[in-house]
Amino acid sequence: MFSMDLLLGAVVLGVLLGCFYAAVSVGLSVSFGLLDVPHVAHPAFLVLASYGVYQLNESYDIDPLLAGLAITPLFFLFGLLAYRVYYETFERRGSDAGVRGIAFFFGIAFIIEVLIILQFGVDQRSVSATYIGKSWRFGEFRIPIRQLVAFAVALALTVLLAVYLSKTFMGRAIRAVAQDEEALRLMGANPVRIKQFAFGIATAVLGIAGALLIIVAPVEPTLDRAYIGRTFCVVVMAGLGSISGTLIAAIILGVAESIVLTMFGASWAPAISFAMLLGVLAVRPQGLLGR
Amino acid sequence: MNKHRHSIAFWAGVAIFLVAVLSMTQIVRNEYPFFAGYVILQFIALAVAWSILGGYAGYVNFGTNAFFGVGVYTAVGLFKATGAPLVVQIAAAAVIGMLLGFAVGLLTLRMRGIFFSIATIALAIIIETFVMNWRFVGGAAGIQLQRPPVMAPFDSYVKMLFFVQALLAVTAVAIARYIQNSRIGRGLQALRDDELAAECTGVPTLKLKLVACMISGALISAAGAPAAMYLQYADPSSAFNLSYSVSALAMALIGGTAHWIGPVLGAILLGSTQQLLAVTISSEVNVLVLGIMLVLFVVGAPKGIIGLLRPRYRLRAGGKP
Repeated sequence: MFSMDLLLGAVVLGVLLGCFYAAVSVGLSVSFGLLDVPHVAHPAFLVLASYGVYQLNESYDIDPLLAGLAITPLFFLFGLLAYRVYYETFERRGSDAGVRGIAFFFGIAFIIEVLIILQFGVDQRSVSATYIGKSWRFGEFRIPIRQLVAFAVALALTVLLAVYLSKTFMGRAIRAVAQDEEALRLMGANPVRIKQFAFGIATAVLGIAGALLIIVAPVEPTLDRAYIGRTFCVVVMAGLGSISGTLIAAIILGVAESIVLTMFGASWAPAISFAMLLGVLAVRPQGLLGR
Repeated sequence: MNKHRHSIAFWAGVAIFLVAVLSMTQIVRNEYPFFAGYVILQFIALAVAWSILGGYAGYVNFGTNAFFGVGVYTAVGLFKATGAPLVVQIAAAAVIGMLLGFAVGLLTLRMRGIFFSIATIALAIIIETFVMNWRFVGGAAGIQLQRPPVMAPFDSYVKMLFFVQALLAVTAVAIARYIQNSRIGRGLQALRDDELAAECTGVPTLKLKLVACMISGALISAAGAPAAMYLQYADPSSAFNLSYSVSALAMALIGGTAHWIGPVLGAILLGSTQQLLAVTISSEVNVLVLGIMLVLFVVGAPKGIIGLLRPRYRLRAGGKP
């Protein structure tokens, strides 16, 4: 039953899975972690991106990664719009933004879910590409190449975003607005425009992340519910707004899920991320690398 | 004096409503109105119970489905183990729901805003996963239930369930109304507007939050308990369906949470619209309508229907005009 090889295999797959979780969570790390937007609809946006990729792959036979890149600009605009609406209705008016802001994004998530069901039905959808379906053998265990591709792209995406936020002018502006909005305003910058741009970036990243989601496994319209747990678990465990923390937290989650999957079976897997999230919230709400 | 008169009017209304429901079960032959009416009454109970925590205290509970599912499975477990009658099932569900509410309250004492909401979703998924792996009540596949014979004066089980759910809805409304007019309600409003300020002026915020969690949880679980007998079937993914959460939240916010009548109006309006849509178009479309209504109201009419009807509530509810 239990063997070192099995455990090692689970850990390796867990690390690959973890990097993928980092890619689907970095957007939330910016929108929720840095901008304090209660973005419960983040996973719904993610699944929507997957269906966009599916559509392009299905009708024009475009490689899923290229398709993900192609919808990125659209998602950027979508993010700008979403933040504008959120800002005008909640942040600017100020009062009671908590309850209604959360309900707003919860409603948006449900609308997206139903629209996907109406358009594509409730069946699982997957994409086709040359690297999907094959796997590498290392003695006892196999690693699917789709996992490796997702791992590599996810890692690159997360590192790129981290570099963007720490090295470029705009990236630093985004971190500045998260730290002290008022100071930025006093220096003559417009914090709202920076936040809107940042939310656009956070949503644009979902184009690629959505492609990874459908490369790793088939998607279904209600998949976003499981990813509420995973993405928020990663972002909270990381410490709000910390991109390097996101990567570490995501790998911890990936390894934990992978080990539980190997030891206890798939029926317990959905609860892992939520249980870890509850644990982190109860014990160390500021996360691993909290600001 | 005025308050006293309000009270008499309220209880008279309750009595008339219950008598009307009871005589309806004796007169109407067709069972369909009871099937549909049951669902609407269930939504009244859920929306009102949700608003005790979500509306008065401002803590957005996404875990209505956790409490609902726990109610369903308490009833299923008890029925399967001992064949307990419906009343016992509901009472047990209320007790377990209250205990769960206490646990949620303890676990989330210091969490605010979105963290509380996410924690409640997490709880729902974790409990659902446990039930899925619990063989005794059928696991993921679900379980068939045989209804026991119906008691007099009812001639069908559905009619009896309809009356029982009416009682539960009335109980929820009465409790919400009591809380709203009592020290508890004012304390909850204070902690919603500014928890720190409330704490500093001597409002026992943590205790109030626990009480609100327990009452809300007990009422939601109790409203869920008869669902197993209503459907004669229970399975984890429908008992813990997230749509209960979105419905309760949407109906309460659309109706308006400043007054107990808001969730009732929201539940009646949306519940009957849903029944119509589900029959005439499809169940997906009715979730879509619910979502769109929720977003429109949250953006355009922050105080809900009662805010549109009576501007007075706008001042009472928001803190800021």
